[in-house]
Amino acid sequence: MKANEITIYINNKQYKVQKGQTVMQAADSLGYHIPRLCYHPKLSIEGACRVCIVEVEGAKSFVASCAAPVVDGMRIHTNTKAIRQARRDIVELILDNHPQDCHTCERDGNCELQRLSASMGISKRFFEGERKHYEEDHSSKSVVRNPNKCILCGRCVRMCSQIQKVTNLGLAGRGFETVVMPAFEQGMEDSVCVNCGQCINICPTAAFLEQGHSEAVFDILSDDSVVKVVNVAPSVRAAIGESFGLEAGTNCEGQIFASLRKLGFDYVFDTNFTADLTIMEEAAELVERITTGGVLPMITSCSPGWVKCLEQFHPDMVAHLSTCKSPMSMAGAIIKTYFAGKIGVDPKHIVNVGVMPCTAKKYEAARPEMNTDGNISTDYSLTTRELAWMIKSAGIDFVNIKPEEPDNPIGLSTGAGVIFGATGGVMEAAIRTAYYMITGKEMGEVKVEAVRGFEGIKEATLDINDMEIRVAVAHGLGNAAKLMSIVKKHPERYHFIEIMACPGGCIGGGGQPYPMTNSIPLDEKSLAKRASALYNSDDANELRRSHENPFIKTLYDEFLGEPLSEKSHRLLHTHYQRREPNGIIPKEIEPLSA
Amino acid sequence: MSCNDCNKVGDPRYDELKLYIDSLRDKPHFESYLIAVLHRAQELFGYLSEETMNYVSCDMNIPTAQIWGVATFYHFFNLTKQGKHTVSVCMGTACYVKGAADVLETLKKELGVEIGETSDDGIFTLGEARCVGACGLAPVMMIDDEIYGDLTADKVISIIKKYREEAKGAA
Repeated sequence: MKANEITIYINNKQYKVQKGQTVMQAADSLGYHIPRLCYHPKLSIEGACRVCIVEVEGAKSFVASCAAPVVDGMRIHTNTKAIRQARRDIVELILDNHPQDCHTCERDGNCELQRLSASMGISKRFFEGERKHYEEDHSSKSVVRNPNKCILCGRCVRMCSQIQKVTNLGLAGRGFETVVMPAFEQGMEDSVCVNCGQCINICPTAAFLEQGHSEAVFDILSDDSVVKVVNVAPSVRAAIGESFGLEAGTNCEGQIFASLRKLGFDYVFDTNFTADLTIMEEAAELVERITTGGVLPMITSCSPGWVKCLEQFHPDMVAHLSTCKSPMSMAGAIIKTYFAGKIGVDPKHIVNVGVMPCTAKKYEAARPEMNTDGNISTDYSLTTRELAWMIKSAGIDFVNIKPEEPDNPIGLSTGAGVIFGATGGVMEAAIRTAYYMITGKEMGEVKVEAVRGFEGIKEATLDINDMEIRVAVAHGLGNAAKLMSIVKKHPERYHFIEIMACPGGCIGGGGQPYPMTNSIPLDEKSLAKRASALYNSDDANELRRSHENPFIKTLYDEFLGEPLSEKSHRLLHTHYQRREPNGIIPKEIEPLSA
Repeated sequence: MSCNDCNKVGDPRYDELKLYIDSLRDKPHFESYLIAVLHRAQELFGYLSEETMNYVSCDMNIPTAQIWGVATFYHFFNLTKQGKHTVSVCMGTACYVKGAADVLETLKKELGVEIGETSDDGIFTLGEARCVGACGLAPVMMIDDEIYGDLTADKVISIIKKYREEAKGAA
């Protein structure tokens, strides 16, 4: 017998397993999927829901398999009559004070609780309990909180504090009156919520949802008095297929553009183009900061969740944020000026919709700093989930539709634009163009492998014209907090930092499709598949560098002049502010324990 | 408020709270003293205000959402300003049968508050109690540590008047 190997019995079958695992982990590896609810592999063990109980011979009561370690000689039963009954009762008790309004619920059909109930065989109800009657919190531009649907599994609370280190959500009160809420029962809008939407992703029910704009967009689409324009973010194409039952990482770019035309948009644009534009400005800004002794490290500002996080938790670092607007807000600015001029329409009569993997983009769209000459740049920001719903609701056959191309001049993009959607992508794209701006030559190898992948913090050192450029990338705000504490201790260590609020970058955004039945939120395998869709698209593109995009060249020739020109500054750059939301501002956010 | 304001509050009670927090700082699992710190804060201020919880959050580096969770979990913590006197109406079985609900209604009207609230003049906080062990006197109420029994609406009003006059006389 190998060291660390022990013998256990599951359902009377003998197995050799590694010591130090939980019963659930061992069972998972042996092909027994024990039902679960409050458990998540990325979060601490809560042991709150008791759905994952198993029978262990000799134990005086049922054992929560998520928390119990395997022991040599353990005899475990996962599917006896008694355990099935107990589990069924537990789930029914959870359903007891649940609204049970599945047919009018946004998560009908992709609700974990609904699936669990079905798998328990709950077809007849034995208990009826008192329901919850709380007010829904619609104060936030991004995230709706509905405690009536909450089953108190606490996954959002742990997500918010352990992965994102924002700790906006907590469990308040006790017993039946326990509610997940921000401190002081304040609205999400006034709280330290950064709008990342990861609570929505991780929630098994509909206790958190995005602030929906799909009905408003349907209304606009039937309004003939306005020009309807849409732009689609890079990572949406890598994930939306999952809403239609396609494998994660299926690139649905062409189907999206075709569907948007069928929905009634007059001009269908690609945010990848303005990702290229962002790179032109951001790389130029970086080169300027490095060569003229500007504030370093420069930190990316495309992720609106991260921007708010920095503004409120690291207000002393505001000057480090790149002044560049995000690709979405740059798209809005160009659509309502350059493009409006090209089609000869008053920008007031253009409605611009962004399709984003993100809930915080709704907040960004509403920030007055993003306005263009007094006009709102992005009138509506939809999540990937909302667009998927609109396509279904309009009866468009997404899976079988003939793929189409986006419209120019805000359509054609390079491989550098599309990789924005994965963690490290903005960094890699910026390096490709910054190299050219500094040396006048193209990089030999366009791939910057060191900044790819799902390591929490990635670092790379580049040699550009005998100049050592040190960069770092973090994704997920917990990793960002860790990186910020390094930067505060060693302000000279990096020149350029990319931070994305969501784990995996935009591909793991708070507005992306709910996981399919066979996977879990934040599943790294799914995220990796989504990322590979973007990297494959980069590989397949003849143009790999933002500055090679012919329409970018035309835009500068015809309209902007050059990167960082006066016009670029007016339209494509902005400023950020210190924020003091009501609630916590801890002096420093403790680094995650390794 | 933010951390930068922590030392600017200018209230000696915060100095005292800070002294207490500092005395715990080197203990293992410093953050586990949160409940003790909140107790001390309530002793000093009479209740836990948002300002006080923000202060504790900054000084102990514990997010307010977690402090709020603890403060709302334990009934001992008051989240609103307490009156000079706490009036508790016994809602135990004997008192209830003998008309505790009417006593409570009278008090609500007389003080202009709901349960858990403090009267505008800051003198009374109204509360409920379970059996206080004086069933022979039902219905009863307690004002601070004093028990008043065989209550009627008129009797309740005259007791409240007495406390009110005393409080005003003292002020």
